Amino acid sequence: MAFFILKRLIQSVFVMIAVAFLAFSLFRFVGDPVSQMTGVETSAEDSARLREELGLNDAFIVQFGRFTNNMLHGDFGYSYRTRQPVADMIAARIPATLELGTVALLISLLVGIPTGVYTALRPRGFVTQAILLTTLVGVSIPTFVIGIMLIFLFGVQLGWLPTFGRGGTVQIGGWTSSLFTFDGWRALILPAVTLGVYQLTLTMRLVRAEMMEVLRSDYIRFATARGIPYRSLYFRHALANTMVPVITIIGLQFGGVIAFSIVTESVFQWPGMGLLFLESIRFVDIPVMGVYLVVIAFFFVLVNMIVDLLYVAIDPRLRVRGDG
Amino acid sequence: MLKIENLTVKFPGRFGDFTAIDAVSLSVAAGEIHGLVGESGAGKSTIGAAIIGLLQPPGFVADGKMTLGETDLRSLSPEEAHHLRGKRISMIFQDPQTSLNPLMTIADQLIETIQAHEDVSTAEARDRSVALLEEIGIENAAARIKAYPHQFSGGMRQRVVIALALCTNPELIIADEPTTALDVAVQSQVLDLIRRLAKTRDIGFLLITHDIGVIGQITDNVTVLRGGRLMETGPTQKVLRTPEHAYTKSLMAAVPPLDRKLERFLVPDSDIKVSDAPGLAAPASRSAADAEQWLTAGTRSVGEGLGMSGVTVRFSGNRTSLFSRPDAFIALDDVSMSVRPGSVMGLVGESGSGKSTIAKVLTGLVQPSAGHLSLGDADLPPARTRGRKDPSRRLIQMVFQDPYSSLNGRHRIGDILAEPLWHYGLEADAGKRRDLAAAILDLVGLSADAIDRFPHQFSGGQRQRIAVARSLLARPSVLICDEPTSALDVSIQAQVLNLLKDLQARFGLTILFISHNLAVVRQMSDDVTVLKSGKIVETGTSEDFFTNPQADYSRELLSLTPGMPV
Repeated sequence: MAFFILKRLIQSVFVMIAVAFLAFSLFRFVGDPVSQMTGVETSAEDSARLREELGLNDAFIVQFGRFTNNMLHGDFGYSYRTRQPVADMIAARIPATLELGTVALLISLLVGIPTGVYTALRPRGFVTQAILLTTLVGVSIPTFVIGIMLIFLFGVQLGWLPTFGRGGTVQIGGWTSSLFTFDGWRALILPAVTLGVYQLTLTMRLVRAEMMEVLRSDYIRFATARGIPYRSLYFRHALANTMVPVITIIGLQFGGVIAFSIVTESVFQWPGMGLLFLESIRFVDIPVMGVYLVVIAFFFVLVNMIVDLLYVAIDPRLRVRGDG
Repeated sequence: MLKIENLTVKFPGRFGDFTAIDAVSLSVAAGEIHGLVGESGAGKSTIGAAIIGLLQPPGFVADGKMTLGETDLRSLSPEEAHHLRGKRISMIFQDPQTSLNPLMTIADQLIETIQAHEDVSTAEARDRSVALLEEIGIENAAARIKAYPHQFSGGMRQRVVIALALCTNPELIIADEPTTALDVAVQSQVLDLIRRLAKTRDIGFLLITHDIGVIGQITDNVTVLRGGRLMETGPTQKVLRTPEHAYTKSLMAAVPPLDRKLERFLVPDSDIKVSDAPGLAAPASRSAADAEQWLTAGTRSVGEGLGMSGVTVRFSGNRTSLFSRPDAFIALDDVSMSVRPGSVMGLVGESGSGKSTIAKVLTGLVQPSAGHLSLGDADLPPARTRGRKDPSRRLIQMVFQDPYSSLNGRHRIGDILAEPLWHYGLEADAGKRRDLAAAILDLVGLSADAIDRFPHQFSGGQRQRIAVARSLLARPSVLICDEPTSALDVSIQAQVLNLLKDLQARFGLTILFISHNLAVVRQMSDDVTVLKSGKIVETGTSEDFFTNPQADYSRELLSLTPGMPV
């Protein structure tokens, strides 16, 4: 078990080094940093001095080493646009994105798994067919259209929910949360639903397909032949076996939700990392883009680690292999 | 106790109902082991499923009476039927690898089953489970009960399955091919256990199997089925010794005997050729003679011999620590063997003994870590140094066990058969390749219009014929058959074995015949090699081995193989 985690950690380190390299290349090679930072009236000598001070004349590998070292010490550089430390900017935005992503994930799981199970147990029922049809429409429509439709319906026509921003927030340490006020929740619902809808469909269809497969398996037939109560048969025997493959996909998708919340955040003007990223692109704020890349990669790696551990927790066969 | 009268099961289809079971009657008394025997498609499992009320939809019981004691099984509500399952009727499935929930401990599965039917405390249910596992023959049951299914070997798992079926004290247990997936040694233990339980606990068993040997070994009465109809029923000794029905007779004749070698098998009459469906134009009629001529033109009169000396194969185990190398698993340990040119060598042993690894080493799919291979007089390079163009790639061909997965389902038979011809550059002209494919189909006993069909349109036996035809078209001198008939019914097995014998005699092929079925090996082979845990236990001529086995292990294997009670 310990070996398994260690192996995973080592792999993660390599992934992060590769991503850091990409981020660094972005910083170093997309445009000239000095000309980005200075105006037209800066003299050539000042530019050269700046270049020397920033260490841009050093060998490539030295620069990369310095870049990585700084990152490891929490020094992510300064934004070209706002002249603030990038670390602070990202840190201020992370809570918004994480809360949005987590709530979206919860919605997709809390709705997706039960409906998936239901549609698997009644594969030919009318309700099942209706659900499948609706979700098919759901996946086919792009996220931003769903977002705009929700805004139109609940924000403009009915006027029930706010259409932008985070609503009331509470400061807990360095974390700005909208989960503790009624207003915050109201603001959160629409973007979270928009973001979660695609994942919801995917979860539902995946659970349905896997569950139907599991229900055909020998051990379910054997359990039925032993007269195990149906409730336990479906939710204890079948569901656990269904979740083993489903978890991987859900985990990968969660990484995706965090990374690609850009569209939703921009539709709802949600002050998260995605919105920051969009603003940075507009102003060619390369340090922020690079750090965004690294942070997102870190979330991906982290989520995958958790998925692997969950795997082991669910499936005893993997546990033994790890223990030797 | 269980009484079935005129049971009829139908499956509704587009063109009317298909009658899977047609007016079958049988009864099982308490303590009786009643065998239900027949080939695939005979409806054995359907009867079992009908009794326990788990027919695969849309199948339904159309007619007949089924009573267990005083209970009419057909008039139960779904809830009552579900409650009866486990409580009074239990079931044992074929494959112990898949019939236990892999995510739950044995204890959880047993306790849940007991508590589903009786109002007992968890502690009490656990005590009963431990006692039951001990009775079933699992040592150190109190500790083992906490294990997960994958921590048990195949035979032990089947014992756990039996314990699960037994833990509610049912009156009747339906055992659907309970030993088919097991080795002979384990099979005989499990059969002993079933017999003991029937006696001591007075449980009625309905034993569904295709294996006449198993029927002969433990059943009291037997019912023979074919195509959903009852052929013959009666006391086992009587039915097997003096069969009355013609089908039973031919079925008995197709079972390879362990005690003597037959020249050919008698084959129950069945349609070997694909029915001549109209609309499929057969290519210019090419006969078996054409194929034979082509094959003999390219092959020598006698195939080449095969040799292995000091071959060792290691597979690295799972790594468990950063600092120590994982323990290697030794699949073959210093194996030396030689197959005489033009002879058939039978390779026997239980699963995990390394039989298939030998096949993979010879075909260049697995790299041996030591040892030397030879083909005829020449060296046979091992996997890593055997190039794609090496002539031995063509000369050594393989026939696999499962004809359902060894043919590409998206290719037409003609393309499948033409592949070795263009791949090895034997026939440049596409038209000639097609003619040859048609001719070889005739040679293996299929009609030429099969050429434009897909594999799924054929039965298992027909597919195996196609697989044999494909390997022949490479003009091989050595054929490696890895369990070529173990997925087939006895009558189909008899046909395929006949075919292999004919082809071997006609083309002088050298055959390495791998099987766990000793009776089949006896029929096929000139020499026999016995393998155990990657080591050779005994090797010699077939007659010597079967009449006078030298090693203890060989004697044990022979004695455990269920034979005919003749």
